[in-house]
Formats: sequence, C-alpha cells, structure tokens
Amino acid sequence: MKRAGQKAAISVESLFRKFGNFTAVDGISFEVSSGEIFAFLGPNGAGKTTTIKMLTTLLHPTRGKMMVNGFDPVHEKDAARHSFGIVFQDPSLDDELTAQENMEFHGVLYGIPNVLRRERISYLLDLVELSERKNSLVRTFSGGMKRRLEIARGLLHHPKILFLDEPTLGLDPQTRNKIWEYVKSLNKKEGMTIFFTTHYMDEAEKVADRIAIIDNGKIVAQGTAGELKKTTKSKSLEESFLKLTGHHIREENSSPKDRMRLDRRLWRR
Amino acid sequence: MGILYVMWLRQLKRYWRSKPRMVGMLGLPLLFLVALGFGFGPIYQKAGGGDYIQFLAPGVTAMTILFAAMFSGIEVIWDRQFGFLKETLVAPVSRLQIMLGRTLGGATVAVIQGIIVLAISMLVGFRISDLILLPLALFFMFLIALLFTALGTAIASMLEDMQAFPLIMNFIIMPLFFLSGALFPLVGLPDAIMVIALFNPLSYGVDALHAMLGGISTFGIWIDFIVLGALTLAVFAAGSYLFEKIEI
Repeated sequence: MKRAGQKAAISVESLFRKFGNFTAVDGISFEVSSGEIFAFLGPNGAGKTTTIKMLTTLLHPTRGKMMVNGFDPVHEKDAARHSFGIVFQDPSLDDELTAQENMEFHGVLYGIPNVLRRERISYLLDLVELSERKNSLVRTFSGGMKRRLEIARGLLHHPKILFLDEPTLGLDPQTRNKIWEYVKSLNKKEGMTIFFTTHYMDEAEKVADRIAIIDNGKIVAQGTAGELKKTTKSKSLEESFLKLTGHHIREENSSPKDRMRLDRRLWRR
Repeated sequence: MGILYVMWLRQLKRYWRSKPRMVGMLGLPLLFLVALGFGFGPIYQKAGGGDYIQFLAPGVTAMTILFAAMFSGIEVIWDRQFGFLKETLVAPVSRLQIMLGRTLGGATVAVIQGIIVLAISMLVGFRISDLILLPLALFFMFLIALLFTALGTAIASMLEDMQAFPLIMNFIIMPLFFLSGALFPLVGLPDAIMVIALFNPLSYGVDALHAMLGGISTFGIWIDFIVLGALTLAVFAAGSYLFEKIEI
C-alpha cells in the first residue's frame, strides 16, 4: 500500500527481540510511508511497546533490519533520534519540575530556538488546558493531567515521525478528540508521519490510514481498516480485531523485563 | 541555553526543592563532627595529635561530598524508575553530554553540601590555616565531587532498581569513608590498613583537603591532584560507556 513516489518513513525487516527464552517480537516486517498515519494494534503483551522501543533506539534488536527516516536506529542513533518524537506508554516526566520546566527542558534538548519554543509551549499548554497550572510541580498533577502534559511535550519539536504509545489511555473523550484533531492537523500541515498504538478500535478506524495487527510477536494482518474488515468479513474493526487475535484475555502479569529481572536480580550484565 | 546547562540546572532545582533531603544529608556528617570531634578530642590531644577538630573537619567535609556525590550519581536509578530517564535517552543529544551535564550538576550540589559542612565546622572551632588556599580547596572539593558523582552514575547505569542500594552503601560508600584517613591520620598504621587506604581514591581527596585547609599533607598535593584527576577521567570514561549502553 505504498503511496506512489513516497519513500518509507519506517521500514522493518524480519525484526526479532528475545528476552531470555521469551520471544517478544518474532520476525515482523512492515513499512510505513512518509506522511502516513499508521496504527499498530494488538492485545496486551503482543510486542507493540517492544517494537516501539527498538525503533526509538531504546532497545537493541536480537536481529533484523530497521530504518527510521533513512537512519538505522542501531548504528545511527543520534541521527535517528533527531527525526522522531515519542510519547511513551508510561510516565516520563520529572515530578520535581513544573509543567513549564518539563516543556522547556524538552525544548532545549531538541534544540528549538528560544522564541519559537516559548510560543509553542504556551500554545500547546493551552491546547491541553494546562496553562493555569504551568507553574505547579508535576508531582501535584492527576494522572490525566500528566498524560496531557506528556502529549504536549511530545508534540513540541514537530518531529518528522511521531510515535504515540497508547497516547489517549485514561483520557476523557473531550481530550482525546482534541488531541487527535491536533495530531491530524500536524500530519496534514507538516506531513508528519504518525505511528501509534491504541486499544480503542474506533480511534484507529477513524484516524489511521493503515493498520497492522500484531499478536504474540507476529504481524497477523495489515491494510486499511476497510481491507481488514473485508478480509475478515466483519462489520467493525473491533470485530475483525477479535477474529484475528482471538477472544481470550491475555495474561500480562509481568513485562518481559520483569521476567528478566527474576533471572538476574541485581546486575544487568 | 545549552544542553549541559539544562541538565545542570535540573539537578540544582531538584536539590533546592527538596529541603528535607538537603538537611537530611547533613545529619550524618554533623553527627561525626560533633560526636567524634568532641568525643575523641581529649584522647587525640593526650596522644600528642593536637586539636582533633582541626584534623577531623577536612575529613568530614570530604565525607559530605562523597555521600552527596554518590547519591547524585545513583539518582539515575530513580530517573529510570520514574521514567524520566527515557525522555533524556531518546533525545537527539549524545549520552556523553547528558552524563556530563548530570555529573556537573550532581558535583555542584555535592560541593555546596561540603561548603555548608565546612562552614558549620568552623562554628564548632575549626580554623582554616591559610585563607589564600581556599580557592584551591574548593577546586579539590569539586574534583572529589566529580569523581564520585561519575562513579555513582557508572554504578547506577548497571542497576535496574534500588534493591542494590544497601549493597552500595555498605560495601562502597562506607568503606571508602572509613578507610580514607578522614577519621585518623594515615601514619603508623598496620600494613593491611595502610595498603587499603593507599588504594582508596578518597584518601587522596582527604589528603588534599588536609593540605589546603589544615596545612598538612601525607602524599603531597601533586600526587593528590594526579591520582584524583586521572581517576576522574577513567571513571568518567567507564561511566559514559555504561551510560551509553543503558537499555530501557
């Protein structure tokens, strides 16, 4: 489904990641075209976050090839890092700094010039309705407020590719709508490629150009929402998702990392 | 605003905003200063060592810096647990810069703590032998702080969580302090203790502070400077290698 004349923003070829004996990502391949909104769906523990961590240089693959914006996240880390932004699944704010300071910090790390930085920070804090609390320590924020702040921060440097790992988890419909509107406008105006995971199928159906479904570390289907529905003969994306990945609830009592921790209590190496 | 500057500033802001931590970290050094200073003072004097506070204050200052610096370094583990580490690790900034900024910030905090303890020790009777040497004393304080912040960072880069913290405390920080010549002069000791003290980097830091603040030195300040300087570079190189390899 590569659009004509457009190069791939992300390409992944038989990517593996093992944690001890457990294979979290089991030889996946896919491509995301530049300017596309791509949804990466899967049940808990399917390997979504592990894949994102490898794409964003935080984790080394066991083997396989990746390209992010033309750079190899393993050997050209810094160049790759310049080209993407990420909103993590779990918190990554400094609780002891204020909302404004967290934004400033990010802006400086990403080399955004002073004037532009201040402009964007105040615009984004407005967008996520945190302007009034911008000088409060993040420690005093509720879960939803922290989430909103993280999203605002991830958008601050207008990256070429934006990774969103369950960005709207635990947010009310108002905020979710607002955030997707903004993300879509960035996608249109700046041609930003969006790669996101979510458990809300309606969100994926509404927002994504293309969808890949991963289960047990393998990609079980990919295509547009329409194509997925057609091949699975389903009325909704949710139905085709359930048909593809089964109805049983996944046990995710420990992350791969926790499993490793059991083996090697204290020392990593 | 540079990257080093924001990393540095962050450490200082965190320090300034956590007053309980700031005060708490001063407790132990002050206890040593007062309890040992006044408790052993008379015996030390009888043995012909002179004023014990005069001997103890530079050592306790070095201890304060050691503790504060190691804790700053080990804060990497907290950052990992609270997630903030990820934010810095995916940023398009070399990890060397991140580590350098953190280390400079942590070291600055440690030196501030050291200065506070030094000032308090002057309140309880310590006299700096030569004020002209004070800037050099501050330089050595900063060097000690850099060395141990980098060491703390290097150790923390290899750890997943705070479980190993008692290990670090009891098998690294405490022995470094007790066997450094901070509490007793490194002369006429049993060979085994002397050998350990000679391999202890903090010994050279304590010796340098003795030289700068009290006017007495066992090794000579050039030796102190070379050992501390070389070790700081080596530990920093090892630390940045380990920090570079962190996976989340």
